Amino acid sequence: MSTPGAYYIPSKATWPVLATAGLVILLAGFANYLNGSSIGPTMMIVGFVVFILMLTGWFALQASESESGMYSTCVGISYRMGMMWFIFSEVMFFAVFFGTLWYTRNLSVPWLGGEGIGAATKELLWPSFDAVWPTNGPAHLGGKIVDGKPSGEFESMSAWGLPFLNTLILLSSGVTVTWAHHGLLAQHRGQLIKGLIATVALGFLFVICQAIEYHEAYSEMGLTLGSGIYGSTFFMLTGFHGFHVCVGAIILSVVLFRSSIGHFKPENHFAFEAAAWYWHFVDVVWLGLFIFVYIL
Amino acid sequence: MQAAHAHEHGHDDHAHHPSGIMRWVQTTNHKDIGTLYLIFSLTMFFIGGILAFGIRAELFQPGLQFWRPEVFNQLTTMHGLIMVFGAIMPAFVGFANWQIPMMIGAPDMAFARMNNWSFWLLPPAALLLVSSFFVPGGAPAAGWTIYAPLSTQMGPGMDLGIFALHIMGASSIMGSINIVTTILNMRAPGMTLMKMPLFVWTWLITAFLLIAVMPVFAGAVTMLLTDRFFETSFFDAAGGGDPVLYQHIFWFFGHPEVYIMILPTFGVASTIIPVFARKPLFGYSSMVYATASIAFLSFIVWAHHMFTVGMPIAGELYFMYATMLIAIPTGVKVFNWTATMWKGSMTFETPMLFSIAFVVLFTMGGFTGLMMSIAPSDFQYHDTYFIVAHFHYVLVPSSVFILMAAGYFWLPKWTGHMYNEKIGQLHFWMSVISVNILFFPQHFLGLAGMPRRIPDYAVQFADWNMVSSIGGFIFGVSQLLFLYIVIDTIRGGTGEKVSDEVWEDAHKHGLEWTLPSPAPYHTFTTPPDVIPTEHQ
Repeated sequence: MSTPGAYYIPSKATWPVLATAGLVILLAGFANYLNGSSIGPTMMIVGFVVFILMLTGWFALQASESESGMYSTCVGISYRMGMMWFIFSEVMFFAVFFGTLWYTRNLSVPWLGGEGIGAATKELLWPSFDAVWPTNGPAHLGGKIVDGKPSGEFESMSAWGLPFLNTLILLSSGVTVTWAHHGLLAQHRGQLIKGLIATVALGFLFVICQAIEYHEAYSEMGLTLGSGIYGSTFFMLTGFHGFHVCVGAIILSVVLFRSSIGHFKPENHFAFEAAAWYWHFVDVVWLGLFIFVYIL
Repeated sequence: MQAAHAHEHGHDDHAHHPSGIMRWVQTTNHKDIGTLYLIFSLTMFFIGGILAFGIRAELFQPGLQFWRPEVFNQLTTMHGLIMVFGAIMPAFVGFANWQIPMMIGAPDMAFARMNNWSFWLLPPAALLLVSSFFVPGGAPAAGWTIYAPLSTQMGPGMDLGIFALHIMGASSIMGSINIVTTILNMRAPGMTLMKMPLFVWTWLITAFLLIAVMPVFAGAVTMLLTDRFFETSFFDAAGGGDPVLYQHIFWFFGHPEVYIMILPTFGVASTIIPVFARKPLFGYSSMVYATASIAFLSFIVWAHHMFTVGMPIAGELYFMYATMLIAIPTGVKVFNWTATMWKGSMTFETPMLFSIAFVVLFTMGGFTGLMMSIAPSDFQYHDTYFIVAHFHYVLVPSSVFILMAAGYFWLPKWTGHMYNEKIGQLHFWMSVISVNILFFPQHFLGLAGMPRRIPDYAVQFADWNMVSSIGGFIFGVSQLLFLYIVIDTIRGGTGEKVSDEVWEDAHKHGLEWTLPSPAPYHTFTTPPDVIPTEHQ
C-alpha cells in the first residue's frame, strides 16, 4: 500500500475556499474594528463563524476518510511529516518572542541604561534611567492606577504561586496523554478515554489558573500589556502560549469525542498522535516560559 | 471513495472533476494549482510593474511632477511588497507545483486540499494589500521592510498590509510544508535524494527556509500590531523596547527571504543550462552542498543590512566576515554553470539566452553585494541607489529572468505547443538591454550619493535618472511581449506539435521529458522507472 500509485488524491476540495473567506473576513473585520469602524465586530463574528464551520466540516471529512481506510501507510507518513514541520514553524514563532525577551533584557535595556554603546544615549536622553529588570522603561509606562492615573509602579510575576502550580498541571497532563496513548495501543478503550478526559481537564484547568493570574496582574499588580517591555514580553509570551493551550485542549477534546464513538485503531490514529505531539510541544514551550519569564 | 479510485483508473478520467470555474476553485490537481499560481504571479508582476512605472516617471526629472512625497513612498513600498510576496515567491511556487511531482515521479502533491488552500489564500490577501491604497492615509509607506517606528505610526493602510502579510505567510508555510513532505515522502522508487534534479533540491532547501522564517516575520508584524493598538512597547524606547529590535527580527526573516527568491532561481538555471549545453551538470553534488551552505549562512548574516544602525564593533566585524563567506558557495555555483557550458554543444534558444544573461548579471549583482558586505564601505553605500541597483540586479535579471527562462523552457511541455522563437528572442534582447539601461546607472547615482526612497533629488543626479527611467519604460513595455507569447503559446503557438522531449535529448536530464506533451492531467499514477540522470 505504500507505493505512490495508491496515494489518495481527493478529486476536489470544497472547504479551502470557505476557509479563505472566513479568515479574510475575520482579519478585514479586525482591521476595521481596530480603526474604529462600526462594521468591524460584525465582520469578525461572521468570519469567525465561517471559519469554525469550515474547520468542523474539513476535519469531519478527514476523520471519515481516515476511518473508512482511504489513507495508505504512505499517506500516513505524509501527515506525520506535515505535522512535524507545522510544529517546527510554531517553534520558530515562539522563538521570536523568546528572542525579543533575550535581546531587550540583555542588550537594549542595558544600553538604555548607559552600558557599552549606550553611554551617550543615557547621558542625552534618559540620564535618570536605572536599567534594572523588570522594567517598564525610562518613561515608566503603565502601572497601578492611583487617583485615576497610571502611577508607573508595577510588580513582576512571581514564579512560585500559580505559575508553579501550572507547571505541575501541564507536566501531569503530558503524563496522562501518554497513558491514554498506551491505552489506545493496548486497545484499552476505557484507559484511552479516561486519559484523554484527564488531559483535557488539566488543560482547561491550566487556562483557568492563567486567567486568574492575568486578572490579579491587571487588577492588583499594575502589570498590563502597557507596562513597558516587561509587561509586553510577559503577556505576549504567556498569552500566545495560553492561546496554544486552548487550541491544544480543543483538539484533544475532538480526539476525545472521536475516541468515544469508536474511532482510532492501534495502527491508525494519526489525529491522536498529532494532538499528543502538539500537546507536548505546548508543554515544552511552557517549561521555557517558566524558566525565562518567571524564574530568571 | 469513488473519486479515490477514479484516480487509479487512468490518465484522462475527468468525469469526477468539477468543470467550469469550479474546476479552478475546487481543484486538487498540482498542475491546475501551478497554473493558478503562475497566472496570479504574472498579474501581480504587472501590477507591481505599473507602480514601478509611477516611480520611474516621477524620477524622470528632478522636482515633483506626479506624486506627493507620501504617495511616492506608498508606491515604492507597495512595489516592493507586491513584487516580493505577490510576484516572485508565488511564481516559484507555481513552478514547484507543476514540476516537482513530475520530476520525482509522484502522482501529485502530498496534501492536495491544503495545496488548494495555499493558493486561494493569495488573491484575497493581495486584494487586502492593494485595497490599502483606498483607505484614509493610503497604503503602507514605510518601505517593504516596514521598519518601526514609521510603521507603528501610520494609518489604517498599515493594518491591512499587516493582515495581508499574515495571510500570505500562512499560505507560504502551508505551501512549503506541502513541498517538503512531497519531496521527502513521495519520490518514485529509485529516485534517491542525490538523484533529484537540482530544481527539486533547491526547492527542498527553500521550503525549509520558508517554514523557518515565515513565522518569525509573522511574529514581527504581530508585535507591530500590538505596538500600534495594544499599548505594548516592543519597539518603543520609552517603555524599554528598541526600534532596532524590529530591524533585527525583520532581517532574521528578511535575509533568508531574499535567498528564498534566489535558490529556486539557481535550481532552474541548473536545470536549463545542461540541456542547451548538451552536457550533464558540472559538479552536481557540490551544487547541492553549496545550496545547503548558502541556506545555512543566510541565518547568521542578517545584521549586514543594519551596519549603520549603531551596533557594537564586534557585531559589525562578525556580520561583515560571515557575509563574505557567502561568496564562496555562490562562487562554486557560478563556476559550475560556466564549467557546464565549457566545451558543450551549445545552442541559444530563448530559455538558454535568459539563463546565460542570468549567470553574467547575477554575478554582477553578487559582486556589488560583496562590496557592501565590507562594513566601512557600506557606511557610504547604505540607503543609496547603489543598494537599489544591487538588489534589483539579483532580483530582476536574476530571479525574474530565470522565471521567464523557466516559462519558455517548460511551456511547450505543459501545453504541447511551441512558442514563437523569434518573438522570444526579441523579448530577450529587449529585456537584457533595457534592464541594464535601467539599473546600471543606479550604481553611479548611488556612489555619487543619491539616497533611495525620495521623489525629488539634487540636479546633479538628473542625467542618469533620466537614462534609468528610459530603460525602465522600455523594460516594462518589453514584458508585454512575454504576456503575448504566453497567451499565444497556450492557444497553439507556432502550430508545430512538440515532441515528448521538446528539447534535443532532454529526456537524459529529467523524468518530466519522458511524459507526453502536453503533460497528461494526472501523471505517474504508477511509479515510473527512474532513469538515472547523468551526473558528472
